[in-house]
Parts: sequence; C-alpha cells; structure tokens
Amino acid sequence: MSQLSYVSKQVKDLKPSGIRRFFDLAAQMEDVISLGVGEPDFVTPWNFIEQSFHALEQGYTSYTENAGMIELRREISAYLNRNYYLMYDPSEQVIVSVGASQAIDLALRAVIDPGDEVIVVEPSFVAYVPTVKLAGGIPVTIQTKAENAFKLKPEEIEEAITPKTKAILLCNPNNPTGTFLLQEELEPLASVIKKHDLLVLSDEIYAELTYDDDYTSFPSITGMKERTILISGFSKAFAMTGWRLGYAAGPAELIAAMVKIHQYTMMCAPTMAQHAALEALKNGRQSVKDMFESYKQRRNFIVSSLNEIGLTCPHPGGAFYAFPSIEATGLTSNEFAEHLLQEEQVAVVPGNVFGANGEGYIRCSYATSIKQLDEAMKRMKRFVEKRM
Amino acid sequence: MKGIEVELLKLIENNANLEVEKIAKLLGKSIDEIQELIDRLEKKKVILGYSTLIDWAKVLDVEEVTAMVDVKVTPARGVGFDKVAERIYRFPEVKAVYLMSGAYDLSVSVKGNTMTEIGHFISEKLSTLDSVLSTTTHFVLKRYKHDGIILQDSDEDDKRIVVSP
Repeated sequence: MSQLSYVSKQVKDLKPSGIRRFFDLAAQMEDVISLGVGEPDFVTPWNFIEQSFHALEQGYTSYTENAGMIELRREISAYLNRNYYLMYDPSEQVIVSVGASQAIDLALRAVIDPGDEVIVVEPSFVAYVPTVKLAGGIPVTIQTKAENAFKLKPEEIEEAITPKTKAILLCNPNNPTGTFLLQEELEPLASVIKKHDLLVLSDEIYAELTYDDDYTSFPSITGMKERTILISGFSKAFAMTGWRLGYAAGPAELIAAMVKIHQYTMMCAPTMAQHAALEALKNGRQSVKDMFESYKQRRNFIVSSLNEIGLTCPHPGGAFYAFPSIEATGLTSNEFAEHLLQEEQVAVVPGNVFGANGEGYIRCSYATSIKQLDEAMKRMKRFVEKRM
Repeated sequence: MKGIEVELLKLIENNANLEVEKIAKLLGKSIDEIQELIDRLEKKKVILGYSTLIDWAKVLDVEEVTAMVDVKVTPARGVGFDKVAERIYRFPEVKAVYLMSGAYDLSVSVKGNTMTEIGHFISEKLSTLDSVLSTTTHFVLKRYKHDGIILQDSDEDDKRIVVSP
C-alpha cells in the first residue's frame, strides 16, 4: 500500500514549486554565488535582536492575544499612518501574523467560498496560486505584458472578471519583476475594481523598498480602504525573514474573520518575534534607511551591468529584484538558469516559475554584497558572450 | 552638501578601495562625473586621505601599544585649548587628540612599540608641557571594534538558503 493514497487529492494536484527543484540543484554545488535569494543579505539589526533577548529574559515566553500584542498593533497602526496616511484602529482592524504569507492565507480563507475566483497577476510570487487553491478558490491569472514593463492595466482586469470573481491579489512593488505602480497607474485599476465590487488583497511587503518615486498604499486611494486588506510584514525592509512576522490591516469584519481562523490554527504569532518587531517600529528607522540606500545602489549597479552584458533590463522601481530578458541568448529560462549554474556557479531563478509570461526572463536578486554582485556579473558576462 | 556627495562619501568611507567605475555604476552617474566629484572633495579637504584598517595584533613580528591619555590643561587667553592641543598633536606618536567635556580636557591617543616607549613620551614630553596640569594613562589591552569595524573573527558566512521565493 502506498502512503500517497492518504494524501488529499487537492494537495496531490498542486504543482511543486519550480523554485524547489532549482534549490536542490544549487544546494549540491560549491562556490555558488546566489542571486536566487528572495530575502535580504543583511542580518537583522542588532537592537531588534537584543530587544528580543531582553523580552525572553523578562519571561515573555507565553502566548499573546490572538491578534497580536496590542502595543505592537498600535505601533503598526501608527507606522501605517506615518508612512501612508492610513487610519486603522489597532484594536479591531489590525492582525499580527506569522509572516505576510500567513496573512495572505488567512485573508484568502476568510473570504473564499468554494468556486470563487481570485485574480492573480503574473509573473507573481509563487505562493499566490497554490494558496488560492488550498483555500478552495479558483485562481484566474492575468499575464501582464513585457511591452508594458509588466504593469497591470485596467482593461486586463476587465477581461479577467467573470460573475464568480470575488477578489484580486495585487503585489506592489512586484516580486519577481520589481515593477512599481504609481498612484496614477493604480487609480484606473481602482475604478475597475470598484465598478465590479471586488475585494483587494494588497501585498505591500516591498513598499519600503521603492527607489525613485513616492509610494501609494492601495487602501489610501479614495474608495479602496473599505474593500482592501493590506498585507505586509517585517521580512524585507526590516531584514527579519526568519522571525516570521507579518500583519494585515483592513475593515474590522474582515480582520475579525481572519482572527477567527488564526485563533484555531495558529493561536498567535511568536512572542519573541513580536517584541523584536516592536523595537523595529519604534527604533528601526535609521537601519531601514541605511539598508534602503544600499539596495538602491546595488539596483543601479546590477541594472546597468545586465544591460551592458546584453540582457535587456528595464529599471525596476522597487523590491530587490531585476528581471532581465534573456531572449538574446536564444535559451529558455530553464536552460539559461541551469547552464549558468553548471558553467559559472551563479544561481538565478528562471522567470517561468512565476508564471507563463515569465518565460524568456530570469529573476536576479540584488540583495547580495557589491563584491559578490560584481563577480556574478563577470561570470554572467562570460556566459552570455559565448552565446551571442 | 548635495545628496549624491553624501552618498559617495559614505560609500568610500566604508571602502576606500572601491574603483571609480563601480562607484559610478552604484550611484547611477558617469565615471567622469564621479572622478570630478572626488577631485573636488579632495581639493576642498572633505576627503583627507585613504587609509587601510589593519589588525596589527595578527601581524606577529610587529608589536604595537596604544594608550589613551586623559590630559588636564590650562587654557591660554585668546587661543583657548587650541594652542596646547597643537603642541600635543604635532608629535608623531600622537594619533588622535580630542577636546572633551567632563572631568578632563584633552583625550590623547598615543601609539608606540612598547609600554616603555609610551611611558617615556608621556613623562618626558607630554606631562612636562607648561600648560599640562596632569595626565592619566590607560593602556589598550584588546581592540574589539575600531571605527565601526568589528575586529573579532566571527562567522560572517551567508546563512541564507541558496534559492528562495
């Protein structure tokens, strides 16, 4: 008897992440420079870590409230107000989650009835489609176009909408493309969303990492706050991936629904991580600013290097990813990534794992030291020159 | 000062070894623009020099001793502490001089090959100056962090997994 028969049909049918396969390949090799990492290269700032030590020493080792420590929710609310002019009541409109990932899962499970459709904008973070499916929904993908620099257009939403559409998942700035939509690009999307009465799950985990223009949080657009669940967390800008701490803010009824699931399935986010996050919001601004400046410089560096090599790459406005076209090499995304790894020991992620329209592209994370980036670019140059 | 100048200075403050070409790419400027900017900052004495931070404790045949000396002095009319400070900082053994608030006036960092050598300098040169009232000498036993750089060997390896979403 195979134990596989115990595994649910839904899980059996889920496609394994394309990233996973690539990880296995890269993990076996030595001297790999990885541009495949979706997290900061910085260690968490010391004062956040030290505050967590202190909390542990003080005996803060028990559960917190389901929705998270009220002090932390107050700080999150104040932070959203300070940065994005948003007003959320910390007692009813904010929930602290185990990473932004769990907040996405909670939000989807809180709103999806079987058969509801959720629009996912590809190329996208690899977890959206499976999470929608696991919540019982049907993901409907939009393939944004390279000629629009992968920017979502209102007519593309119109085309994807059916009577069953319940929600749309937006990620701005976007992983993997680094595409960053400005207020004037978001407003036409908001009109369509309002017209069709959709709910928005707005993943704003990279909001702090936008380099050239001001960031507009989606719920701050007129008429959007009452139909948006804002999702973010501490992983990226605060360099806290391993702490697993995120949050969501939105209308009280929706947050209450998320808390209901959270209290039965997770109880609360880790207490020591909540204490570190509290310190991050209170005294972390300078650290965030320093890391931001460094990412910005490295973005300039990698984008100009990629273009010099002949891998056309538009200027990504946010996050820490460059998404160059590899068309000039005549290789597929998978071939490019695999051969590059084998020949030059540089790991990148093939663009097609983020959606069909990611084919012909690769994702390069520039969250790595200048020295490593420089070496990676030299190796990639050698690799590309052989093929052009 | 303009944002770009501050950005450039911060970059080379942390790594004087960075090539102009790389700085230009990092800051999104042309090589000529960056070279011009550096020349200007050197001329204006904003950039004073390019030094290398060395952990001499690891170089076996070189002995080096550092002392921090708290110096109480009598300031002079018209020139305050500046004149006596100059008398002190002109000595090549003196690596740093700061005017301090609090219990003493000048903090003087002195470098030598041996403790005897430093002792000699303090007793013969420093404390015999007319305006010096007293000195308190503290020898450095171990350097943990210097100018923002941690000198301990620690495991700085990248602990991230190779590929992640």
